Amino acid sequence: MKRSLLGALAVSTMLSPVAAMAQTEVQFWHAFTGRLGELVAAQVEEFNASQSDYVVVQSHKGNYSETLNAGIAAFRAGEQPHILMVFEVGTATMMAAGGAVRPAYEVMAQSGGALDQDAYIGAVKGYYTSTEGDMLSLPFNASTPVLWVNRDAMAAAGVDPDTDLSTWQNVDAALTALKAGGEECPLVTAWQSWIHLENFSAYHDVPFATQDNGFAGLDTELALNGEAQVAHLTAMGQWAQDGKFIYTGRRNEGGANFRAGDCALFTESSAGYAGISSEAEFDFDVRPLPYWEGLGNAPQNTIIGGASLWVMEGHEDDEYMGAGAFLNYLSSGDVQAKWHQDTGYLPITGEAGEITRAAGFYEANPGTDIAVIQMTANEPTANSKGLRLGSFDQIRGIIDEELEGIWAGDKTAQEAMDSAKERGDALLRRFEAANR
Amino acid sequence: MEKRVTFRGWWLPALLIAPQVLVSAVFFFYPAGQAIWQSLFIPDPFGLSSQFVGLGNFEFLLGDRFYRASFGTTAVFSILVTLCSMIPALFLAVMADRLIKGSGVYRTMLIWPYAVAPAIAGVLWLFMFNTRVGVVSWYLGNLGYDWNHVLNGGEAMGLVVVASAWGRISYNFLFFFAALQAVPRSVIEAAAIDGARFWKRFWTIVLPLLSPTTFFLLVVNIVYSFFETFGVIHTITSGGPQQSTTVLVYKVFSDGFVGQDLGSSSAQSVILLVVVGLLTIVQFKFVEKRVHY
Repeated sequence: MKRSLLGALAVSTMLSPVAAMAQTEVQFWHAFTGRLGELVAAQVEEFNASQSDYVVVQSHKGNYSETLNAGIAAFRAGEQPHILMVFEVGTATMMAAGGAVRPAYEVMAQSGGALDQDAYIGAVKGYYTSTEGDMLSLPFNASTPVLWVNRDAMAAAGVDPDTDLSTWQNVDAALTALKAGGEECPLVTAWQSWIHLENFSAYHDVPFATQDNGFAGLDTELALNGEAQVAHLTAMGQWAQDGKFIYTGRRNEGGANFRAGDCALFTESSAGYAGISSEAEFDFDVRPLPYWEGLGNAPQNTIIGGASLWVMEGHEDDEYMGAGAFLNYLSSGDVQAKWHQDTGYLPITGEAGEITRAAGFYEANPGTDIAVIQMTANEPTANSKGLRLGSFDQIRGIIDEELEGIWAGDKTAQEAMDSAKERGDALLRRFEAANR
Repeated sequence: MEKRVTFRGWWLPALLIAPQVLVSAVFFFYPAGQAIWQSLFIPDPFGLSSQFVGLGNFEFLLGDRFYRASFGTTAVFSILVTLCSMIPALFLAVMADRLIKGSGVYRTMLIWPYAVAPAIAGVLWLFMFNTRVGVVSWYLGNLGYDWNHVLNGGEAMGLVVVASAWGRISYNFLFFFAALQAVPRSVIEAAAIDGARFWKRFWTIVLPLLSPTTFFLLVVNIVYSFFETFGVIHTITSGGPQQSTTVLVYKVFSDGFVGQDLGSSSAQSVILLVVVGLLTIVQFKFVEKRVHY
């Protein structure tokens, strides 16, 4: 690894000519801008000020996909950072790259952190642990989908804002009433595959893919064309045809509609809190994600979205000490609690949740604990631990395409999901071949 | 009869073309060679291991009906972009050429959009046609037309074509305008004296005289629509809805940079290279015969 060593040296000297020589530098690449970027910078600054042995240098490398690409390209060129932020769908890619990453638990323990893996919330930790139960990366920002309700829009359409929306059956009735009451956009969603297929499957305790959603091996196949998923998508397809569900795009475009007060119900990440609370000029509620009563094993638990921090191979020992120290700092209770309260992301440790509760945050901001409750309600099963699929970013693209077929009325839910499975499986086989 | 002039000696011509050869070698032959080499492997993203699969990547691609379908999408897209960028450009050039006063201002204004990067152009058009806040979609809504390019494939295609062609009109305008200025006045005046009206003169004299420029632009625009429109598609539709705007070059990007599947991505670049090469040969063999220099 001589080449990468030289590269790392070259990068560290290039990037910060002013850093004091005695301090060991740790490069940290992340994908956050705006408010989140400021909060990350503040964390880094606080860590740097708290000790004098290491300096963490944070750099923004674009959105999630771009950051992962930058990390991979840098590794190929031998110039990789010490810590790389990778979004949850890139997890399988990182886990398969044994020679490129160093397990986070090892690095953290080496730096003297008494890493108690049980302290982490099960459904968060599960996503990033190996089959042997070792935490390979440190969960950084994790969120889960919930239902956002525009109370004013409900009332305007003559629907009781306090009506029970815990099941899709009830939501169905509410959508009909909203439509009848003149609401033009009863339901809108963000991240359709994540919410209405990935989380839907976990929540109803049905497999999204074989081999425990990919946790048990690379020879996994998609199972998203199961009865439960097809039933849900058929209902949503019907809502789309009836004008009760409005499709706005593959990402979180629907957020703009909801925040502007154009839509009554919105399925979106719990991390949407920051944006909605600052922009919405109407009375809103957070509710748990609805489930179909009597379908599968619902409500099981939902799974996470977000990113984790990976330690990359090819650096000096003392630099790993610094990286470990930084990760230990990030996972400490107070830092986590502050992050949770500032961003709406989930607390990754039980301790952080307790600190937040004790500070009275949940009483002051009702609904902010719904996501935590929803994720921790039940012990995760093989179907609700998370997903570990190669080429998953691209498989999501395929799923998006097929879902658009349903919303446009071109395909039935069964046809679309059969096709998504066939196309996705082809990519999974290629990933398996590449990582054999 | 072709006239040929032969110079003696070889070192001066060699020296004169050396810079071009060097540039082509570094920026074209070397990367193209790399792409061909890589297309024979399935590597893992980090470059830790790689497996030789021979023509396996090509087999995988050509066996995929969605990949084959994107050839059709690309053909439709390229033809539309080429037509939509050349016809208005020619029309505007003819109009600007007739102007006596203020032609400089028009010229400048018409060339402006060329300075806008494709990705930015994409965002601009997306904003105008945004289904929620777009100005154009709002007017269309008032006229009773429900614009929704996020679900309607035809509308999505129309939007990316217009956004791709828009900046290109300026480029084509520039060439057409210059070519029009080079059309000898005497020929046109002679035709006018013979009683030919403006459009008659245009069809029978000007257009044939423009044919070298038109042919050049045809080749350049097709290459443009194949390779450089990626930014527009990425910002406006990401290839959707369903696969209605997934052109070949967008798939190269999405497999390589989203899917980290460098083997398949390289194989696609090779296929694209061959397609464009063949297309250019066809153009030079058949279309160029109708060009009068």
